[in-house]
Amino acid sequence: MSGPSTYEPKSGFTKWMDERLPIIRFGADLMDFPTPKNLNYWWTFGGILAACLAIQIVTGIVLAMHYVANTQMAFASVERIMRDIDFGWLIRNIHANGASMFFLAVYIHMFRGMYYGSYKNPREVIWILGVVIYFLMMATAFMGYVLPWGQMSFHGSAVITNLIGAIPLIGEPIKTYLMGGPAIGDPTLNRFFSLHYLLPFVIAGIVVLHIWALHVPGNNNPTGVSVKDVKKDTVPFHPYYTVKDGFAIVIFLILFALFVFYFPNALGHADNSVEANPLQTPAHIVPEWYLLPFYAILRAVTFDIGPIPAKLLGVIAMFGAIVVLFILPWLDTSKVRSMRYRPVARSLFVVFAFASVGLGFCGANDPDKFVFNFGPDKVALVYTDTNRQPQREVSDDYAALRARQSALPPTAGAAIEVQSEGFKWLWLSQILGAYYFLYFLVFLPLLGVIEKPKPRPASIADSVRKKHGSATPAAAAH
Amino acid sequence: MSEHGSKTAPIAGAHAGETRRDFIHIAAATVTAGGVAAVAWPFVQQLAPAADTRALSSAEVDVSKVPLGSEIRVLIGGQPFFIRHRTPGEIASAKAGDTAQLRDPATDDSRLVKGADGNLNPAILVTSGTCTHLGCVPVGPAQGSVGEFGGWYCPCHGSHYDTSGRVRKGPAPKNLAIPKYEYSSPTMIKISL
Repeated sequence: MSGPSTYEPKSGFTKWMDERLPIIRFGADLMDFPTPKNLNYWWTFGGILAACLAIQIVTGIVLAMHYVANTQMAFASVERIMRDIDFGWLIRNIHANGASMFFLAVYIHMFRGMYYGSYKNPREVIWILGVVIYFLMMATAFMGYVLPWGQMSFHGSAVITNLIGAIPLIGEPIKTYLMGGPAIGDPTLNRFFSLHYLLPFVIAGIVVLHIWALHVPGNNNPTGVSVKDVKKDTVPFHPYYTVKDGFAIVIFLILFALFVFYFPNALGHADNSVEANPLQTPAHIVPEWYLLPFYAILRAVTFDIGPIPAKLLGVIAMFGAIVVLFILPWLDTSKVRSMRYRPVARSLFVVFAFASVGLGFCGANDPDKFVFNFGPDKVALVYTDTNRQPQREVSDDYAALRARQSALPPTAGAAIEVQSEGFKWLWLSQILGAYYFLYFLVFLPLLGVIEKPKPRPASIADSVRKKHGSATPAAAAH
Repeated sequence: MSEHGSKTAPIAGAHAGETRRDFIHIAAATVTAGGVAAVAWPFVQQLAPAADTRALSSAEVDVSKVPLGSEIRVLIGGQPFFIRHRTPGEIASAKAGDTAQLRDPATDDSRLVKGADGNLNPAILVTSGTCTHLGCVPVGPAQGSVGEFGGWYCPCHGSHYDTSGRVRKGPAPKNLAIPKYEYSSPTMIKISL
């Protein structure tokens, strides 16, 4: 799409350089890249993500100068960063909240790609590289969360490594190699620190491939209609999108700063302010918010299917929820990219987006607690009957139960407790998890066949003209 | 500039070629530069010694424990200091001679600090333990070598210091530095970095 380079070196130095290392040409061509003129603000998240990666790498390099990867000293070294290092509090808060900001941006970026069909022919490889980046981000974030050596760090990592242990045959050896000992300890912490430092640079490398792949077919756009006439349909990346992306990055950084300076711990968990204690698990183990939907899918599987136990099935479902993203370009059989012109898919996508966020809430809540109650609470009398069997009598009438209780012999051990009935978070996560997979594996493949798309604009220039009510092509101002 | 600035007319033609777009460019670049500087500052300052490191930047030493004719060495924040209990002979040799001819002229008295009673205590000499040449730690009486002038000898490049810690021979350009210290009692000194 970019076509032949239009850069012409002018000075003696740039001519000399151009014949040896055409890096100035490379930069000039990047800035001159023809970009669809109708990109909306959802398209600014690529630039925002690049900023996020840079922020995480720069703050991370600084934190690594002060952090000590040793189970005896890690927690104290983080406290020292917060209290004693000049501006350590600032840099750590940026890094910790930066992870959340990174995931917020990546989720918006992915939803945008899914809504506008950016993963479809000829952009499958861009999408797959993006999913690889997303997967590496999750691995990096998980290992980074272990480093402060708080209670959630320790027990969260114990849960995840045990998940891997659930895989038949290879699970146990992988788990042992991951931990480097019988339990999470110094060897684990050291290798996690090493990999946590390495992976962001791997991500940066794949980002280069992601952008390279993007520059072959060029950007998708809100209409999903391919660029037909570079002159009419596109504008140069600079200054049009450098300025637009720059503005969006500034707005995003304001939100970022709001968390860093006013709510630095809002996205974290209080239990991680307690040093890791291998002898005591916190009452309620949860991952960071950005992993909660997958955690909900993991816990939603409480049933065996044939010979596959629930524990393994949950792991399969959780990893399957990510793996399905890799094959999304082939699951969606519709030729129409943008959901603007796919009324049914659009509705189902909105439900999918709500289901994904809803799964996050499911992951954050105790699966056996209730989303809402069925009517007011009742009281129940529990006791052991003369055949030594447990009995439970439910009633609205407390006084009557109380009388029954005193009538029973002391050996019955009768007690009265509150009986609630409600809709469990578990059930919600099962419904939403089922929708997640139905959307990818049933709805998208089927819709391409049965859905009748709305008429699409003839070209990008045409859609812009229509939107602004101008009839003559010449007046398409920018 | 002219291509994009053509729509915004020059202000009253008074400043030819200057447009409102120029103003926007300058304003944007200025704000960006200010932002970059504001962000760069914490990232540079975090390299400075941390509060806990700064808190360890002084130490109290009981000088009455130093054996006559020898010295003790203390580390403050990783930096070595010598506290030497000089013999009357060493004091006399430190005070003798024309100090103006030395490479780094200084009298022995100028290298001492007044005690709690207001008088100099020539028996106790406190110096930095870092050779002024390239930062080695000179050897002294406890290591069995005091150099040709009775004070210290730096084994790295052969600098000789006298009993007042003044350089007399070798490549060192300056005398051993006198740290900031004060007598908190007749026998206790507090050395600060």
